[in-house]
Amino acid sequence: MAAINLLQAVNEALRQEMKRDPRVIVFGEDVGYEGGVFRATVDLQKEFGKDRCMDSPLAESAIVGVGIGMAINGMIPVVEMQFSGFSYPAFNQIISHVARMRNRSRGRYTVPMVIRMPYGGGIRALEHHSESPEAFFAHIPGLKVVMPSTPYDTKGLLAAAIRDEDPVIFLEPKRIYRAFKQEVPEEDYIIPIGKAKVVREGTDITLIAWGAMMRETLKAAELAAEKGIHPEVIDLRTIAPIDRDTVIASVKKTGRAIIVHEAPKTGGIGGELMAIINEKAFLHLEAPPTRVTGFDTPFPLPRGEQHYLPSPERILVKIQEVVNYLT
Amino acid sequence: MIFKDYNPLEKKMLQIMDETGTIVKPELMPDLTDDEIKEIYRLMVKTRETDKKALMYQRQGRMLTYAPNLGQEAAQVASAFALEKRDWMVPAFRELGAWLTRGAELEMIYLYWYGNEFGSYVPEDLRILPVSVPIASHLQHAVGIAWAAKLQGKDEVAITYFGDGATSQGDFSESMNWAGVYKAPTVFFCQNNQFAISVPRGIQTAAETIAQKAIAFGMPGIQVDGNDIFAVYAATKEAVDRARRGEGPTLIEAYTYRLGAHTTSDDPTRYRSNDEVEEWSKRDPIDRLKKYLLSKGLLTEEEEAQIVEAYGKLAEEAFKYVEANGETQLEDIFKYHYKEMTPQLVEQMEEYKQFLRERGEI
Ligand SMILES: Cc1ncc(C[n+]2csc(CCOP(=O)(O)OP(=O)(O)O)c2C)c(N)n1
Repeated sequence: MAAINLLQAVNEALRQEMKRDPRVIVFGEDVGYEGGVFRATVDLQKEFGKDRCMDSPLAESAIVGVGIGMAINGMIPVVEMQFSGFSYPAFNQIISHVARMRNRSRGRYTVPMVIRMPYGGGIRALEHHSESPEAFFAHIPGLKVVMPSTPYDTKGLLAAAIRDEDPVIFLEPKRIYRAFKQEVPEEDYIIPIGKAKVVREGTDITLIAWGAMMRETLKAAELAAEKGIHPEVIDLRTIAPIDRDTVIASVKKTGRAIIVHEAPKTGGIGGELMAIINEKAFLHLEAPPTRVTGFDTPFPLPRGEQHYLPSPERILVKIQEVVNYLT
Repeated sequence: MIFKDYNPLEKKMLQIMDETGTIVKPELMPDLTDDEIKEIYRLMVKTRETDKKALMYQRQGRMLTYAPNLGQEAAQVASAFALEKRDWMVPAFRELGAWLTRGAELEMIYLYWYGNEFGSYVPEDLRILPVSVPIASHLQHAVGIAWAAKLQGKDEVAITYFGDGATSQGDFSESMNWAGVYKAPTVFFCQNNQFAISVPRGIQTAAETIAQKAIAFGMPGIQVDGNDIFAVYAATKEAVDRARRGEGPTLIEAYTYRLGAHTTSDDPTRYRSNDEVEEWSKRDPIDRLKKYLLSKGLLTEEEEAQIVEAYGKLAEEAFKYVEANGETQLEDIFKYHYKEMTPQLVEQMEEYKQFLRERGEI
């Protein structure tokens, strides 16, 4: 075992999958020679050659659209959108074709591809470099959406995504690409898509988060514990399909829930989770489920982003509100 | 060869057989046997009869929205005829002639327009992608298929069909550009039928020809008389051969005319004159080939009548089958989004079935 960061985990998963299966190919903008602007694909071209890891023209719709054709003709493309905020030119391809080809052709043609994108704020970047677009993709039937929060999960989930016979949108929390290291096995392993993880056990309230927001949420749980409140924390890991069982089991136990996400509040996955909790655990609730999220605004430029991103303190205040509901 | 001699920037258009069925460029006649020419003719008649019947059923309220093919039979049949079985076809939605040439069954085609996804379940032995509605998006898939073939060392070419309207889309430029860069063995086959719904070709581009757009992407482009099977076949064959030899993609602009409506929901009299349609009717691709065949003694009027009748019957039989078997099975609506249904989908399906059960509807 070696201690690696989340970005290295991406690279390692790609390398192992390329080694394991010659059908796996990697391409995108600056992905080949340079190894990507974040270096997620570094050295892959050197190791596997220009026919396995290549630079694409600067055209997102083509990166995805060409990937679709390659998947139909026997390959497993793992493509990169340089930033999730630049995936929008590819929306038509993702929504109209990636997600639908299996259904449209009643199973004759499938698109086993992975679309990787760094997402999220907190990196003091230019406009369009900080968005969290998971809800767009989770809304589309036919797509799976995965958002890891640790190096260990990243490696196992990316390997699972590449081996999955369905298309997967893989959103990488770029803010924590290099934030911390974790012991990660050198051999390959899989973490199943569609399974959330209870990362902290507790009794008083369930906190649900994913990706880069896990750190804030866990910090908030610690602060709450200091005040005698014991949150259970769930790392959702897969946004679509959501692991309802893990969420419901926890909320039935705690009777309270807060969802934390970076994306804007309206139409976010927080709302979906609250709906699931209402449908499946209503009679166990001690307080209405609620959320701590980004605002219904575009992601602010760097001088304002600290206000936008949910902080442990904001989460803590909400925890106290919910725990003290009607008391 | 012909790509050099018919430079679109010099406004040259390839024509081998003129409107009277006379071969005007004998030296460019493609290598087709009389039997093959006759087969092309049959496929064109089959296309027309299938198309006519579809329109008739639509008017009777038995078929849903349909995109007619009338006038584009030569462009489609002769181009698809230049492919091998192992090659791929990536169509838009008006490619009836190409589908039939590639061996698709009438039942399947009618089933699609009847409104059932199983019409897009292409049998394993046919390399045709389903109908693609979002304009120009499918060109990207053709490039991907072709590029994947090249990377895997497979001897396969992809042809993709689209209209003049599609050339205004970003996906047209992106896919042509990509195919050029990576020399993906792709044939971009544009049927310039002069209209995108009501919008005339002149509003899609200020370029003199569509074919010349190829030049900027580093590939040959050629404009051909789209109602002349020999010109269409010769150019497509050359493009396919080039692709196979590893020389990269080609853009072909088949200059033709959509004699019918855009779809059955469209009224073309609102945006074009009857005189114009008349003029183009005189250049009908089937009439032209028929004249050629008659003059060569390869066809008689009686034989033509028999062929027309036989394909008409075939279409009727196919549609009968579709009407009897065309309804969508409830479970099929849920079954094909993922390899395995998600718990969410299972729940939604079961809840709806329960609703139907309680009403005695299943
Ligand atoms: C992206 C997109 N925009 C609009 C439409 C609606 N639409 C359907 S067909 C069509 C015109 C297509 O013209 P052209 O590409 O020339 O093909 P043709 O219909 O002439 O075969 C339009 C605008 C569509 N299907 N897709």
